[in-house]
Amino acid sequence: MTRGPGTWRRYWVTFATIFGKEFRRFTRIWVQTVLPSVITTTLYFLIFGELIGGRIGPMGGLPYLDFIVPGLVLMAVITNAYSNVVSSFYSSKFSRYVEELLVSPAPNWVILAGYVAGGVARGLTVGATVMLVAMMFTRIEIHSPAVTLLVLCMTAVLFSLGGFINAIYANSFDDISIVPTFVLTPLTYLGGVFYSIDLLPGFWQAVSLANPVLYMVNGFRYGLHGVTDIPLGWAFGIILAFIIGLSWFSLSLLRRGVGIKS
Amino acid sequence: MPPALAVTALVKTYRGGLQALKGVDLRVDAGDFFALLGPNGAGKSTLIGIIASLVTKTSGQVRVFGHDLDQDPEAVKSCIGLVPQEFNFNLFLPAGEVVVNQAGYYGIPRREARVRAERYLRQLDLWERRDTEMRRLSGGMKRRLMIARALVHEPRLLILDEPTAGVDIEIRRSMWAFLKDLNAQGTTIILTTHYLEEAESLCRNIAIINDGEIAERTSIAALLGRLHTETFVLNLKGRVTELPSLGGFVLNHVDECTLEVEMNREHTINGLFDALSRNGIEVLSLRNKQNRLERLFLDMVDQNHADARGAS
Ligand SMILES: Nc1ncnc2c1ncn2[C@@H]1O[C@H](COP(=O)(O)OP(=O)(O)OP(=O)(O)O)[C@@H](O)[C@H]1O
Ligand SMILES: [Mg+2]
Repeated sequence: MTRGPGTWRRYWVTFATIFGKEFRRFTRIWVQTVLPSVITTTLYFLIFGELIGGRIGPMGGLPYLDFIVPGLVLMAVITNAYSNVVSSFYSSKFSRYVEELLVSPAPNWVILAGYVAGGVARGLTVGATVMLVAMMFTRIEIHSPAVTLLVLCMTAVLFSLGGFINAIYANSFDDISIVPTFVLTPLTYLGGVFYSIDLLPGFWQAVSLANPVLYMVNGFRYGLHGVTDIPLGWAFGIILAFIIGLSWFSLSLLRRGVGIKS
Repeated sequence: MPPALAVTALVKTYRGGLQALKGVDLRVDAGDFFALLGPNGAGKSTLIGIIASLVTKTSGQVRVFGHDLDQDPEAVKSCIGLVPQEFNFNLFLPAGEVVVNQAGYYGIPRREARVRAERYLRQLDLWERRDTEMRRLSGGMKRRLMIARALVHEPRLLILDEPTAGVDIEIRRSMWAFLKDLNAQGTTIILTTHYLEEAESLCRNIAIINDGEIAERTSIAALLGRLHTETFVLNLKGRVTELPSLGGFVLNHVDECTLEVEMNREHTINGLFDALSRNGIEVLSLRNKQNRLERLFLDMVDQNHADARGAS
């Protein structure tokens, strides 16, 4: 088939259909999708920011509450982007309605883009809500809106891709909670959300540098406060490299039909 | 015009080593109404799955209206509408949205998608149910919804894998009428079924697949012409204790008021009745002992099993 303008319009409609379906899904069940993150982060702000934070003193040159805001927002973005894609795509495998897409002429990259866009939409929706909550606890002046938004979007894309790959390999609903519990949570906690890596001994600082979340937290902290442990160029470069790697991997899984075609 | 479907040397070996298709060649002309028959596990759904891009093939070639599945999968997929054997819905979506979304996957803009969804939901008598969640529809409604969903992009080739399984008689008849009409308007249709009456009343051509191989590919008329004998069951007005011997007809007692008559193709039913009348036997009603296609089908599958036993 030649790829005339009609083809691109068709791809766009397909993308919009998948995205629209994903968007309606998470907004319809917002009590399960948006609310939990808002509640947990509010608790973090209360406990670590207000109650304990006052005794910790400044961190990385910032009041402790201000220091943890970027990390907590990012944590919400990460978990929501990830779990949106993993649960939605896995359900479509489990109930076999992924076949609706497989029989259609939608190319794999459009399918992937649609699901990732859904994950990004939920990640950003929850991230923005958490940010509003943070503003009730502290005054935040955004140092660089462009960097802030870019880091948020790239992070959401990266973890949406992660959720997609997880869904492809998952064979049961248990499998979709293994990665968040054993990989995602440790990575975010060790990614400098609650502390500056300057506090770590040299060896552990080096280990932390292998953690992609560290670059996102620091990129984001720069966007909000103009303060970072890591040079900004590095942060963007590494996130971008992960996005390209995971996209390529997802597309190769789709092409081979891993987990979705027998 | 290229054939609607041309399958060449198609082989499928599932992970684990089971060979479900052992080199299938099959051609279905554009405009045909085609039946794919075969016992459980013969490989019908596997064949359909490969054509519809749900199953990966091990080797061989598939062309749909001249488009090659490997070289131009998007063109092939655009030509096909699939009604699968098993339900595959998001059970929490309203019925109407399922059809509208499917149109969207094919690139039909939402406004147009809504118009088409309404058209097909009405035709399949589901319009009143458009806002009902899928899980609240009955089995027969879900089957019809799968047909609406498969038609929303107006495919040239409609493939139905056991579309009438679990559907009541009235709706089955209306589905048949619907499909005949669709075929008359130019859509090529391939269907699998275990109801041979369905194949006989709908389809022109037929392939019988057995154990991953095409055992037979012919027209229904030619196949029925091959029946050498037919058996009828007669209900009699009075009791008959002594069976007369009628040349050319083999009579058997079922009970005193019921006879079975086996006759070959040289004789006619007129001749049978003349002979019966001469012997003072009056007939109230008559029926075929077995659907004719069913008889052929069973013979063929038996023959295959016998061959397999002989070979091993
Ligand atoms: N996903 C799969 N993995 C492994 N083997 C499979 C798979 N799907 C089908 N098979 C096997 O392939 C063979 C053909 O199955 P298929 O579903 O194509 O038969 P069918 O003709 O559609 O049967 P039915 O009339 O029961 O629907 C069977 O032996 C079946 O067990
Ligand atoms: Mg089958």
